[in-house]
Amino acid sequence: MAVLEIRGLTKHFEVRPGLLSRLVGEGRAQVIKAVEDVSFSIGEGEILGLAGESGCGKSTTCLLITRLLEPTSGEIVFKGVPISSLSGDDLTTFRRKVQIIFQDPYESLNPRFTVFDLIAEGPRALGLWDAKETEERVFAMLAGVGLRPEDYRARYPHEMSGGERQRVGIAAALVLEPELVVADEPLSMLDVSIRADILDLLRGLSERLGFSCLYVSHDLSILSNIADRLMVMYLGMVAEIGSIEDVIATPRHPYANALVEAVPAPDPRYRRPVPKIHGDIARPVDPPPGCRFAGRCPHAADICRHDPLPALFEVGAGHLAACHRLGELA
Amino acid sequence: MLLELDNLSVSYATRAGPIHAVEDVKLTIGEDEVVGLAGESGCGKTTLIKSLLRLLPKGARVTADRLAFKGQDLLAMKDADFRRRIMWNEISLVPQSAQASLNPVYRVGDQVIEAIQEHTETTTANARARVEELFDLVGLEPRLITAYPHEFSGGMRQRAMIAMALALDPALVVMDEPTTGLDVLVQERIIRKIRELRERSRNSILLITHDISVIAEMSDRIAIMYGGQIMEVAPAIALFEEPVHPYTLGLKNAFPSIKQIGKPLISIPGSPPNLLGGVTGCPFAARCPFAVEECRRERPALREIAPGHVAACHRSGEAVHMRNQASEKETWQFSKSVA
Repeated sequence: MAVLEIRGLTKHFEVRPGLLSRLVGEGRAQVIKAVEDVSFSIGEGEILGLAGESGCGKSTTCLLITRLLEPTSGEIVFKGVPISSLSGDDLTTFRRKVQIIFQDPYESLNPRFTVFDLIAEGPRALGLWDAKETEERVFAMLAGVGLRPEDYRARYPHEMSGGERQRVGIAAALVLEPELVVADEPLSMLDVSIRADILDLLRGLSERLGFSCLYVSHDLSILSNIADRLMVMYLGMVAEIGSIEDVIATPRHPYANALVEAVPAPDPRYRRPVPKIHGDIARPVDPPPGCRFAGRCPHAADICRHDPLPALFEVGAGHLAACHRLGELA
Repeated sequence: MLLELDNLSVSYATRAGPIHAVEDVKLTIGEDEVVGLAGESGCGKTTLIKSLLRLLPKGARVTADRLAFKGQDLLAMKDADFRRRIMWNEISLVPQSAQASLNPVYRVGDQVIEAIQEHTETTTANARARVEELFDLVGLEPRLITAYPHEFSGGMRQRAMIAMALALDPALVVMDEPTTGLDVLVQERIIRKIRELRERSRNSILLITHDISVIAEMSDRIAIMYGGQIMEVAPAIALFEEPVHPYTLGLKNAFPSIKQIGKPLISIPGSPPNLLGGVTGCPFAARCPFAVEECRRERPALREIAPGHVAACHRSGEAVHMRNQASEKETWQFSKSVA
C-alpha cells in the first residue's frame, strides 16, 4: 500500500500589486502557479527522487506534503487518511510520522542547543517518553548516525563540521520514528568525500527502520545513487515519473531527456551533447495555457500551446510521461 | 610559461597561533592552457588564488621561492603597480558569487564600462562598443546592457561576470567556482560558452571548483589540493585513469555518476586536518588507508610519476596496488570510529 498518495495537488500564490500600482489603477493580482495538478504516490520503504531546476515546485511540494503549507486544491493522503482532515491528536501524530531533513545544516540547528537537546527536543515536545527512555533513544540514534554519544552529546553546532551537523539533523528527524521522511537537498552543502556516508546512512536507515522517503535534489547523479523511482518536475507540473533505470536510460519527456543529457560525468573523455532545448526556465507567473514546457520544447506543436496541460500517460510498466507528442517522438 | 608558483605559502596570524592555509605550493600554468584546481572546503584553494590576486586580508603572510607571471617577478612588484599593470589587464577574476559581485543600483553595462575605464585610457564610446562586443561574445542580448542586475537570472549574471573578466583580454582568467549554484542546463551552457570563447581568444584559465565533473570536462591539467598542499598534478586523462595519490583515489570513489546507477559510493573517513600550527607529515595521513609510520613523520615531496604527472605520496611507487585496493569499500573502513 502506498504510504503517501497525492492526487491533483495544486498550489497557487497570489501576488498583490504594490500600493503605487493600485493607486494609479494598474494593479492586477498575479498568480504564481507553483504546483499544478500533481499526482504521485510513494510506496512503503520506497525512496522517490524528485528532480527539477529552480522554480519547478520541488520545495513547495515538500512544504505541502508536510502540511507546512495548505494546498489550493487536491488531496494528500497519508496512510489512507487525507491530511487536510487531521486535527488535534491526529495532527500531532502526523507531525511525528512525517519528518523533514533540511538543506542547510548550518541554518537548521539551533546554535544554543547541545546535540543531545537538539535530538531530544521533538520527543520532549510530544511528551513521548520519560527522561530515561529519551536518553536511551537519543544515544541509540546518535550511534545509528555514526556519532559516538559520549563524544557528541554535549557539543554545540559550532563545534561540529557540516557533515556532523547534517548527521544530527538526520538523527533529530529519525528519533521520532517517522514513516515518511522528506529530505530537501540534504547533501548540497556538504563536501563530496563525506556525501557518500550520508547517502549510505539514509539508505541503510531507511531499510532498517522501514521509512519511506521523498528525496529532493537538483543533482541527478546523486538521485541515481539513492532513489528507487524518479520524478522530474518542470514549472509546477510532473513531466515524467518511473523507475530510476527507466527515466535515466530512456527518458520520454523532452525536458526529462534534456535534463538527463545535461548531467556532466566525472570523466575527462566525456562531452555532454548540446541540449536541443532553448531559452531559460520561465517564472510560473500567470503561465499561458498549454504545456508549461512548450516555449522551450524543440518538438512543440499547436496542440502543446493551446490544449490544457498534458496528462501523465503510461509509456511502460510504471513509467509515465506528460507529453502530447509521445506517440510521434517514440 | 605564463604563471609559475614555487613553494608558495600563506599563513594567517591568529591569537591561537599561525594557520598554515597554503603550504609550499608548486604549480605552473602554460599559455593557452586550462588548469583545474580541485579540493574540498578549507583545502586552501581560495586562499591560493587570493594570494595570487592580492586579495588577502591584512595579517596574511605570503612567502614564495618564486612567483612569476610571464617571467616577471610578482613578489617584488608593488601593490600599486600590480593593480595598474597586472590585475584585469593580465589576470582577471570571475568571482564565486556573481550575485554578490554586481552592484544592484548600477546598470550592468555601466559596471563593465567602469571596469574598462579604471584600467585603460578608453573613451566612453569605445568602452561602450567593447561592452556590446563582450555581451555578444558571452551570449547576452544587447538590450541587457542597460538593464539592472535584478533583471538578470543567475546564469545571466554569471555570463556578465565572465564578460567583465574578458573585457581587457587578459592572458589568464581565474574562475572561482564559476558554475556552483546554477541549474545543470544553465551550467552546461556556461561551460560550453567558455569553451567556445577559448577557441577564439586562447586565454589560459585557472579553474577552481569542488565539482569533479566540471573539472574533468574543462581542464587540460588538474591539480588536487588537500590541507593547504598540492597532492597530485597530472594531465586530466591521466589523473582520472591512472591516479596515484590516495586522496585522489578517495575523491573518485566518492563521486556519484549518472552513468552508474546505484554504484556504491565510498566516503573518505574522518575530516580535514586542523591547519593551526601546521601539520607534521602528510596532511592526509590520518584519513589514508595506506598510511605508514613514515607518512605521519615526514611530509612527502611532489615526485614525478610520469612526464607531467607528480604526486606527493611516500607510497607512490605502489600506485597500482593502491588503485586496486582503493576501489574496495573495506579498504576505507580501517577506522570506522572517526565520523
